[in-house]
Amino acid sequence: MMRLFRGGKDSPVAARAAILLVGLALLVLPFALAQAGTAWVRITNLAILFALLALGLNIVVGFAGLLDLGYIAFYGVGAYCYALLASPHFGLHLPFWVILPIGAALACLFGVLLGAPTLKLRGDYLAIVTLGFGEIIRILLNNLAQPINITNGPQGITLIDPFRIAGFDFSKPERWFGLMVSGPIKYYYLLLVVLIVVMVVNVRLQDSRIGRAWVAIREDETAAQAMGINTRNVKLLAFAMGASFGGIAGGMFAAMQSFISPESFVLVESIMVLAMVVLGGMGNIWGVVLGAVLLSFVPELLRYTVEPMQKAIFGRTLVDPEVIRMLLFGLALVLMMLYRPAGLWPSRTRRRELAPAKR
Amino acid sequence: MDIFLQQLINGLTLGSVYAIVALGYTMVYGIIQLINFAHGEVVMVGAMVALSVISALTGAQIGLPPVVIVLAGIACAIPACMAIGYGMERIAYRPLRKAPRLAPLITAIGISIILQHVALLVFSRNPLSFPQIMPNPVFEIAGAHISAVQIAIIGGSVVVMAGLTFLVYRTRLGIAMRATSENVQVAGLMGVNIDRVISSTFVIGAALAAIAGVMIGTYYGIAHYTMGAMLGLKAFSAAVLGGIGNLAGAMLGGVLLGVVEAMGAGYIGEFTDLCQAPWIAGLMTERCADGGNFVLFGSNYQDVFAFLVLIAVLIFRPSGLLGERVSDRA
Repeated sequence: MMRLFRGGKDSPVAARAAILLVGLALLVLPFALAQAGTAWVRITNLAILFALLALGLNIVVGFAGLLDLGYIAFYGVGAYCYALLASPHFGLHLPFWVILPIGAALACLFGVLLGAPTLKLRGDYLAIVTLGFGEIIRILLNNLAQPINITNGPQGITLIDPFRIAGFDFSKPERWFGLMVSGPIKYYYLLLVVLIVVMVVNVRLQDSRIGRAWVAIREDETAAQAMGINTRNVKLLAFAMGASFGGIAGGMFAAMQSFISPESFVLVESIMVLAMVVLGGMGNIWGVVLGAVLLSFVPELLRYTVEPMQKAIFGRTLVDPEVIRMLLFGLALVLMMLYRPAGLWPSRTRRRELAPAKR
Repeated sequence: MDIFLQQLINGLTLGSVYAIVALGYTMVYGIIQLINFAHGEVVMVGAMVALSVISALTGAQIGLPPVVIVLAGIACAIPACMAIGYGMERIAYRPLRKAPRLAPLITAIGISIILQHVALLVFSRNPLSFPQIMPNPVFEIAGAHISAVQIAIIGGSVVVMAGLTFLVYRTRLGIAMRATSENVQVAGLMGVNIDRVISSTFVIGAALAAIAGVMIGTYYGIAHYTMGAMLGLKAFSAAVLGGIGNLAGAMLGGVLLGVVEAMGAGYIGEFTDLCQAPWIAGLMTERCADGGNFVLFGSNYQDVFAFLVLIAVLIFRPSGLLGERVSDRA
């Protein structure tokens, strides 16, 4: 954990206090949010889920510099894998610790299948091919209801099992130490733990031999190759790892929502995750999490402020908050690239690269 | 045989539209090596503007002849799209000309989201439909049907392509464009105003997109704010199939892709019907009896073909059918 906080070396006491405070705040947060309504806890959960997704995409886009516009497909693969193996649809009810690894492995397989033939392409072609791949997966999810009903088509899959560990059910409210703990709050803690684990894994990856190879490829592929990096394998590894993180997040999404349909895995979602990575700062783990949290919460805040405001001023809703949200995503992508290409919270390397040479 | 001819006609119609959109991608790519991701949205805006103008004029009942109304729609769509093309280049791409490749691609995605949702606000969330103002007689050739609209689309696209070829190979601007695509710096040294050439490329591409938008709008009789994304992707696949940066390639790629798609949609059901394969049909006698079928993939997979073509081309012949082998200029 200490490595996550860069200021740690300078004043350990202050840093430890800060960690303690942040940790406490995160522990209490869901109960505070629950006062405002369970909806906010759910929104927070989705924000964490998107942070997981964004961290996965960050490996591909931020570290290795490969633009993947079909990332949500891996999320979809993970989600459908969970849904099919733990719902009445096929009558299968496997436990989640069996399914999540299967989902991750399947997403990873898809990542390799997509990556192997396409990774030799230049970046912009790769972007379009991944986009096409995402669309193919979506079309398959929509249409694989005939002649054998596999995905149940646009209706999606319902009644998906929640996470259960030996009688402990994540979807049921319970009373702990006199506190009412609802389903979403339980999921919040689970997601928080997963997020921390994934972040630690990411930080360790970043500083590892592979992480440095990714950055080298991002900066200059030819030079990286000359330094003895097997660029194809290393790129493939980035793709596969990003994909498996997506698969895990997808499985958790399916369990949490208990309902999924192809609607959740459209191109716009891919772009939203990309916007989170870009906004926060490509390649910086904290920045990416910040981006995910911002882009998950700002639209919800808009929903609660803009709509009543419009009603008060014009008497009706002129502009749908959903439209405002999308316009904001678009603007964020354009403005960030124009004025702050390294993101709100740039990674150190990026900042160093972009700063004018001093000597 | 008539299915074959029918799908060929449908494919040619769709293919001519793809070809015109693909020209916009290929011209921009040829000059600044940028995938103008938002190009499909320009087509969408063209279709939306034209359809709303046509609906408004029809609704006003001034008694204009239908041809004039359609031409008025096109005449409004073209300048609107040109303005968008110009503005897009000025705001989102020009400042990033020297940035890493990823940057303009990301702004392009941003621009296309913005265009989509502005169109949603300006026009409507629901599809605009094309009013029936002209009779659309259907002719019959050897058992296949071809409508007047299809003839107009194919004929119109031939005219547009001829015009563009003339512009690129016979005018001063065309020479400047070709020089810029050879080498930007050297063209600049030779007195070519680079910024103006790039702007005009975007504007010409956008005008083509407007025409394509009107065509696709009249063909399907409908325009929707999300129609641009898929169309743009297919047109891009067409440009890559023909060899990106190559005008003739884009035309060929567009037409080919249209035909592949139509043929694919027409025949995939037959090819993936397991009851047609004797050794499988033997296993599923109760399902296949009395002309029953077991179709794995139906024509609802039509949209997949463009991507399959794209991926196949990029793997086996990345330079496209007519493209020259270009070195990595990253």
